Amino acid sequence: MNRTAQSDWEVVIGIETHVQLNTASKIFSGAPTTFGAEPNRQACAVDLALPGVLPVLNRGAVERAIRFGLGIGGEVAARSIFARKNYFYPDLPKGYQISQFEAPVVIGGSVRFRVGEGEAAYEKTVRLTRAHLEEDAGKSLHEDFQGMSGIDLNRAGTPLLEIVSEPDMRSAAEAVAYARTLHALVRWIDICDGNLQEGSFRCDANVSVRRRGDEQLGTRREIKNLNSFRFLQEAIEAEIRWQIETLEDGGQVQQATVLFDETVGEVRVMRTKEDAHDYRYFPDPDLLPLEIDDDWVARVRAEMPELPAAMAQRFTDEYGLSGADASVLTASREQAAYFQDCVQAAGSALAKPCANWVMGELAARLNRTETAIADAPVRPVQLAGLVQRIQDGTISNNTGKKVFEALWNGEGADADAIIAAKGLKQVSDAGAIEKMIDDVLAANQKSVDEFRAGKEKAFNALVGQVMKASRGQANPAQVNELLRRKLGA
Amino acid sequence: MIDASVAELRQALDARKVSATELAHLFLNRIDAHDAAIHAFITVDREGALAAAAAADERLARGERAPLLGIPFAHKDIFCTEGVRTTCGSKMLENFISPYDAHVVTLLKEAGAVSLGKLNLDEFAMGSSTETSYFGATHNPWRAGYVPGGSSGGSAAAVAARLVPLATGTDTGGSVRQPAAFCGITGIKPTYGTVSRYGMIAYASSCDQGGAFGASAQDCAALLEAMSGFDERDSTSLNRPAPQLRAALDAAPQDAARPLAGLRLGVPVEFFRDGLHPDVVRALGDARRQYEALGAQCVEISLEHAARLAIPAYYVLASAEASSNLSRYDGVRYGHRAADYDDLDSMYCNSRSEGFGAEVRRRILIGAYVLSHGYYDAYYLQAQRLRRLIAQDFRAAFERCDLIFAPVSPTPAWKIGEKADDPVAMYLADIHTLAVNLAGLPGLSHPCGFSEEGLPIGAQLIGPHFSEVRLLEVAHRFQQNTDWHCRRPVLSAA
Repeated sequence: MNRTAQSDWEVVIGIETHVQLNTASKIFSGAPTTFGAEPNRQACAVDLALPGVLPVLNRGAVERAIRFGLGIGGEVAARSIFARKNYFYPDLPKGYQISQFEAPVVIGGSVRFRVGEGEAAYEKTVRLTRAHLEEDAGKSLHEDFQGMSGIDLNRAGTPLLEIVSEPDMRSAAEAVAYARTLHALVRWIDICDGNLQEGSFRCDANVSVRRRGDEQLGTRREIKNLNSFRFLQEAIEAEIRWQIETLEDGGQVQQATVLFDETVGEVRVMRTKEDAHDYRYFPDPDLLPLEIDDDWVARVRAEMPELPAAMAQRFTDEYGLSGADASVLTASREQAAYFQDCVQAAGSALAKPCANWVMGELAARLNRTETAIADAPVRPVQLAGLVQRIQDGTISNNTGKKVFEALWNGEGADADAIIAAKGLKQVSDAGAIEKMIDDVLAANQKSVDEFRAGKEKAFNALVGQVMKASRGQANPAQVNELLRRKLGA
Repeated sequence: MIDASVAELRQALDARKVSATELAHLFLNRIDAHDAAIHAFITVDREGALAAAAAADERLARGERAPLLGIPFAHKDIFCTEGVRTTCGSKMLENFISPYDAHVVTLLKEAGAVSLGKLNLDEFAMGSSTETSYFGATHNPWRAGYVPGGSSGGSAAAVAARLVPLATGTDTGGSVRQPAAFCGITGIKPTYGTVSRYGMIAYASSCDQGGAFGASAQDCAALLEAMSGFDERDSTSLNRPAPQLRAALDAAPQDAARPLAGLRLGVPVEFFRDGLHPDVVRALGDARRQYEALGAQCVEISLEHAARLAIPAYYVLASAEASSNLSRYDGVRYGHRAADYDDLDSMYCNSRSEGFGAEVRRRILIGAYVLSHGYYDAYYLQAQRLRRLIAQDFRAAFERCDLIFAPVSPTPAWKIGEKADDPVAMYLADIHTLAVNLAGLPGLSHPCGFSEEGLPIGAQLIGPHFSEVRLLEVAHRFQQNTDWHCRRPVLSAA
C-alpha cells in the first residue's frame, strides 16, 4: 500500500491466528491427526459425537499452550475453563465446539519484530490479548457430490491454539511482519508444523480505518481464513482501499465478516452483524477446569529453547552483529543453529564473516535449489573452515566462492582439501611474486611508461596482468605493494 | 428362585443347583409372561442373554467365582450397548445401534452378569413418570394404570415385578430414587463421579450419575460395586478405589439390638412441611420411629435453600446442559432424519421436530433460552449461584448429622396421564430429590410402607460425598428389621 496516498487515514489491524498444534492425537480423543488420510478414517466415536461419548483433554496440547505462553512472555493461567460454543453445522458433529471463552489458558504477552528493510526498517511491538485452546471442526466438501455436501471429520477435534492480538498494527506490512514472526515463533518452539498449505497456520484480520487524530476506532470488518502471507497482505490492502473509498464517498462501513477472493483480489461479505450467531457459551460440564500448577510451568520452561529475540540480542551483544543481521539469522531455529555451529567452529571473532556467508552465498544457493538449511550439503563446520581460510589470507574472497561451490558439490571433505587439490592457495611468497612482476614489467613496457607519465590507470592494468599470471592466486595486497616498489613509486 | 436375593442366587449358582442358562430362561419366560402388561422393556435381547449365560456357565464350570457371574439383570436403555439398539426412549434413536459399549456395560459384561435387554425410560431421561418414552408408558407393577416413576421407570418396574433381580439406572434429578420408591424397591445413586458416564447418553452432564436398583440394599450393593470405578474416558470420574460395599454389609453389628446406635439422622424440617401426601407423612413417621428403635438419634436440620431453590436451579441448569448435549442429534450422521426437507435448516428443523417428543423439545427450548445472549447472567449464572448455596446447606447439615432422612416424593405414584399435560406439576414432584444431584451427593431410596391405595412409599437417605457404604449399611439394618422390601406385587397372568 502506498502510505502517502492514504496519509489522511490511519489503519488499525488486529489479527486472530489459528495455530494447529503438532500433537500426534486430537485434543479430546485418541484419534490421530495426520494430514491427508482418506475421509473419515481418522475420526473415532468421540470425533463423530456418537451418543454417550465424552472428551478427555490431551495434555500435549496444554503443554504446547504453555510453551507458547512462555514464548511470548504471557501469563499461563493457573486455571482456565473450557466452554461450549453452540451452533449447528454439518461438519460440527456435537453441535458445539469446545473452546475457551471467559478464561483462556494464556493471557497477555507480546511479539516484537522488525518491519521494512534498510534505512526505513523499524522495530514494532504487538501486544497479545490472549491465546486459548480449542478443537477444529471437520470439513464440508461441496464440489464432489451432486446436490449434496460431503462431510469429512478427519480434522474434527484437531487441537488449535487461537492467538488474539491487540489492534496494534497500522499497515498491511506490519500485519504481515507480525504474522511471519508468529509463524516463525510457533515453529521455533515446536508447537506447530507451520504448514500453510495444509492450514496449520491461518489468520483472520480485523481491519478498520479512522481519520488521523480520531480517538475512536472505526467500524471493523473481519477477513476470515487467510492461509498465506501474500493473501494476508493483498486482502488487507484490498480491504483498506475499500473502506477508505467507501468512507470518502460518504458511505459507512458495516460490521461484517468477509472473505477474500484471491482470484480477483476482492473481499466479499459473508455475513453481517445482524445475522451474527448467538453461540450460547457456557462452561463444558464434561471437562474439569484446566489447572496448571507452577511445577508444570517450570518443567516446560526448563525444556524451552532459547527464544529468537533473546538469541538475536545475544548475537548483537556477543558477536557485534547488526540488529538487522541478527534478526535475519534468527528467522528460523534451523538457520540460527547453523550459524551458531558455524561460529563455534570458526571462532567468535569470525562471527561477522560467518553471518555474511550464511545470509549471502549459502542462503542464495539454498533458495535457488529449494533446499532446507538442515539438508545443506555444506555443513557448518565446512563453511567455518572456508571462512577461516579467507580470513588468514590462504584464499581470497573470490576464490572462496569457488571453494564453496566445490564443497556444495561434494568435491572435498573440507576447504583445505579442496584448496590443495585445486591448487587455489593464494601465493604470498614475495620472491615468486617479484619474479612474476619482473616478467610482466618486461612484457608491458608501454604500461610502465604510461604509469611513469602519471597515468594511475596503467598501474591497475599491471596489477591485473600480475594477477592473471598467478591465475588469481597471488595475494592482491602484496602484488600492489611490490609493484609500487619496483616502479619506484 | 424368582424372589431370591442376589446372595441366594449366588449360592445356588455356585453350588450348581441352577445354571446361569436356567436362570436366564426363568427370567426371560417371566418377561414373556408379564411384560406385555407392564412394558418395562424396550428391547429383550434373548439371544445375547442366552449367549452370555452360556459363557457364564463355562466360567462357573471352570470353578470361577465372582459376585455377579451368571446373575440376570437389565440395563436402562440409556447405556450404549454394542450390537443391541440403544434408543434412550426416543424416536430420534429408534434404530440406533451403538458400535461401542458404555463403561458400565463393559464392567458388567466382564463381571459375567447376564443382560436380558434394555429397559424403558422417559425420553432422554427427561421426566418423572416414564410417560414421555416414544415407546409408550411403563405401568407400575403394583397397580396397572399408574406410573412407575421416572425416568428409570422401566428399571424399577422390572425389578419390582421380578422380571430381573437387578437393573441399572441413571439419576439426574431423582430418576433412580423416585421410581424405586414408586415401585417398592431399593435404589441408590452414588456420589457424582463414582460411576463412569462414558457411554451413558447425556442429559444434564453435571448431574447425570449411574445408579443401581435391587429389591434390597444388599442387592443394590452387589450391583453398584460392580458398576463403580475410575474410568479415564470420563474426565469427571473420581480417581479413587471403588468402594467395597458388600463386605461392609456382611459384617455383623456390634450391638445387634441397637445396630444404629450413635447414628445421627438429620430430619430437614422444610422437607416435612406442607404438600406431603398424608400417607407419605404416616409411612415416613413409622420409618423414623423404626430408625430410632434401632438406635439412631434424629436431629432437626434445615435445608432451606435446597427446599426452596432446587427446582428453579435444576430446571435452568439441566435444561441448559440438555439443550447443548442434544445438539448432536441433527440427522446428519445417525439417528432420525426427516424424509422431507428443502435445505439444511429445514433438514435440521424437521428431523429434530419429528425425532424429539414434546418434553425434550420443551427442555431444549428452555435451555437455549437461558443460555442466550442477555439472559445468561439472569438465569444460568444465577442458577449456578443457587447451586452453591444448596451445596452449602448440605455441608452445614452434615456438621450436625451423619445422614439425612427425607421423603423421596411428596406423593405415591399417580395415574398415567394425570400430570402429562401439566409439566410444572411434574417438575414439582421432584422437589425432594433434585438438590442431591445439584450437590453431587449420594442418595438412596428404600421402601417403608404403602398408601391407602396399596402403592409403595419410599424413604430417602442422603449422605455426604463418598458415604455409599454408610447409606447402604444403614438401609440394610433397617431392612434386617422390617419386611417392606420383601413385599411383592401380585401380577395378573398374561
